[in-house]
Amino acid sequence: MTNAGDGIDLTGLTAGPAQTWGAIRLVPLLRASPVTDLRLHARLYDPDELSVVHVEPRTAYVSYIPHSFVATWTTDATPAAAYGTQLRAPADTRAPSGIRLTFRRRLARREARQRLRFLPLHLALEGYLALQFGGPSIAWQEWTHHAVTCGLSPRVEAGYTGASIAGLDDALRVFEIHPDQCGMMLYAADALAAAFVVPHPDDYRALHPTLLQDLYGELLFHYAHLYPAVPEFSPRLDDTRVASIADLRAQLTRADADWKSFHAGLADGLLAAGRLTVTPVHRMGRFTLARFLPAFDLDTDNHIGETITDEAGRLAYLKTFRLSAAQTRRGHLLSQLAANDWDLDATAATLGADRNALVQRLDRAGFGHLLRPDIIDAWRRRTREPRTKPLARRGGTA
Amino acid sequence: MSRADRVACEDVVMFVNAAIASTAQREFRSDAAAQRLSLGFLHEYVLGNYRDLYAATLALDVNDRNAALVVTNLLRTAREASAAQRAVEGRLIAARLRSLPPQRVYGVIRELRRLRINNRRTRAIVRDWVAARPDPAFDAIKYRRSLSVAARHAHLPLPGEVGTVLFDWRRPKRYETPILEAWRRAHYEQRALYELPYTVAEGLAAQHGIDRARFLTGIAPRLTDRERLRLQGTAARHRVESIAMDLATAPLTRLAIHVLSLPRPERARRRDELTGALQAAARRAARRQAGTWGRVVAVLDDSYSAAGSGVKRRRPLAVALATHYLLESLAADYTGLWLHHRGDPLLVHPIGATGLGTRIVDGLEHRPDRLVIVSDGWDNAPPGQAAEVLRVWRSRLDPHQATSVVHLNPVYDADTFDVRRLAAGVATVGVRDAEDVAALVELARFATGSAGFDELRHHLADRVERFLTPEGAAP
Repeated sequence: MTNAGDGIDLTGLTAGPAQTWGAIRLVPLLRASPVTDLRLHARLYDPDELSVVHVEPRTAYVSYIPHSFVATWTTDATPAAAYGTQLRAPADTRAPSGIRLTFRRRLARREARQRLRFLPLHLALEGYLALQFGGPSIAWQEWTHHAVTCGLSPRVEAGYTGASIAGLDDALRVFEIHPDQCGMMLYAADALAAAFVVPHPDDYRALHPTLLQDLYGELLFHYAHLYPAVPEFSPRLDDTRVASIADLRAQLTRADADWKSFHAGLADGLLAAGRLTVTPVHRMGRFTLARFLPAFDLDTDNHIGETITDEAGRLAYLKTFRLSAAQTRRGHLLSQLAANDWDLDATAATLGADRNALVQRLDRAGFGHLLRPDIIDAWRRRTREPRTKPLARRGGTA
Repeated sequence: MSRADRVACEDVVMFVNAAIASTAQREFRSDAAAQRLSLGFLHEYVLGNYRDLYAATLALDVNDRNAALVVTNLLRTAREASAAQRAVEGRLIAARLRSLPPQRVYGVIRELRRLRINNRRTRAIVRDWVAARPDPAFDAIKYRRSLSVAARHAHLPLPGEVGTVLFDWRRPKRYETPILEAWRRAHYEQRALYELPYTVAEGLAAQHGIDRARFLTGIAPRLTDRERLRLQGTAARHRVESIAMDLATAPLTRLAIHVLSLPRPERARRRDELTGALQAAARRAARRQAGTWGRVVAVLDDSYSAAGSGVKRRRPLAVALATHYLLESLAADYTGLWLHHRGDPLLVHPIGATGLGTRIVDGLEHRPDRLVIVSDGWDNAPPGQAAEVLRVWRSRLDPHQATSVVHLNPVYDADTFDVRRLAAGVATVGVRDAEDVAALVELARFATGSAGFDELRHHLADRVERFLTPEGAAP
């Protein structure tokens, strides 16, 4: 079911010239030959519209529903949330399977103050949250009864909607979409924050504004606030080598190449993400919907996300979410625990620490409630000891 | 040229650029508040430092909104001017008010009232302007509220029934003046509606619940040219034949805006008609200068940002399209290069990034006498390449300046208090209507520092002279 892969294959996509707006740098991904038999279903966003474009001849017209946060696609116009991305046949007219949402006033109010509610709709985020959801597979004595029977339920992670990120709305509004653009790499202060790829330029055009409603990691939110602007690439032509129009053109070509390589370098962030754990979720026709988790390497960027690939492994759809440092730590801990069958000592050995340090890390990562209280207490007592001992000795001599 | 003179020259050119291009409305990259704030500051700055030149800009092609603002500001700060300055300002204001559309002038009067400016000179200016209006009864109907504000503020004596209809309209059983009588009857009688101006009749028609198509058919003979052009789309939707106009009389830029508002299949279907209309309008705008510009190449920006904003829909693109046809008629040999579009310019559509650099090289390859660039100045693929190309061209390939390069920018950049420049050595001028291009290119040489402050003063004095002469010659 689950297999590991090396990074994400962006073959067929080239990074175009970026445009910057404040701290946000948007690098378009261009596709010379778009995927025409997988198209986005626009119904989620506009109930009146049937589909984006009809392509002839239709060999395998498959539509899918990109994960939507809240949309009025239930027949009675009540808000509902999709269980992540779903693949659907065009003839399928039933409403996509989803869960009805009821909003209380408090949630709405929190949103108005730019405090963001978490909507567990993102397929990849769901995958991340479901990471080791079942808890310990062997009932080691250190784990609480609750941890063994209920696992990590419920796990909650926080993200920011695009609307709350400073300048992102303007950046998306003034971005001049390229004619054959099929995707976008979003950088905040030149840190890769998200990647988004769709099969066809028309789909991209339709879905470009939804980037604002998407979910982003903490990093983007902070960087967009902290950095006023990122430096622009400025080409420099060597005028000593220009004696004719042809020379000028040659200089331009060289500047363009520099420009492209500058962005190819920027786009490397995701490709160098290391080994990914890819889990296929749904298969339809020649397309496979999958989600992936990173290696949770604490020293590099970690992106979770979802992809749709065709039978040759060519990328048709991609959406990523950059984990914050804390989220990476949590994922790292959980994956290490699972690899060692939730045995504390074995895990501590793998991590190159002792049992106490591991308990400490678990507690600080917010998983303290999973461990038996006496284990946590013992750790806390032991961490207090070095401070209390010298004091007591001094008291004794006085 | 001394440094102070150069600064003064740059300041004034900057202000003129802004006053031509900006309407303080939302643009593609900045919102209305930023535009208004920035423009307001610029007006204060130029008024405070170069009062004579500030007043003289009334003689240039600054847009109506800025002209109104200049008039208000001059009247507001009249006590800071000397007697001689006041005399010139008074004549300039009177002349400009006459050329402004009446609703703008009424706007100025309302603003004066809000600011409580009501000295003898202001009252005289308002009085003279109202007295010169061709039909006070018509104004009393069409600009009802505004005329009453003006009359009360400037203590105007209004002739006969005009005063009655403004301030005591319920009393008379009937009016002697036909239009006032029609207005009175139109409140009760649907037929009388069609004798009124369109904007007045529209409100009353809504009160009577008259069907839109029927109303448009009836009011068609009363429409002004601009109203007629504006209603083309509505008329087509409601299938009202009588509003369809001969596009051959519309001004160039408005016509371009209208053309771009049509869907592309319709533009393709009516290609000959629309192209003919645009070419005719361009010939009218070029007048005597037609064919005198030599070899001209234009690089025209049809990137996505040319779509403008919700309130200035496709304005930059329309200016580029209009300039295309105007230059075609001005030049002896013309080549128009769009960034993305190939083929018939009528089907141009705002899309994609702005990569001006390569396109400028394409243009320069023709070795033209003039290179005209119409763009909002955001050269972003890669950023600043156009500036590099123009720099290298100037320093290496064309040291004798055989080609003159002018950048026309239809968008005001609120952050820099100017229209955005492409490169240091290239003259950038703001443009609102393509019709003014010939006059603006004349102004362009002051933008690069190649002409001095004295020359600028002379140029402005000359323009003021020309602006004021017709009324001096008139009896």
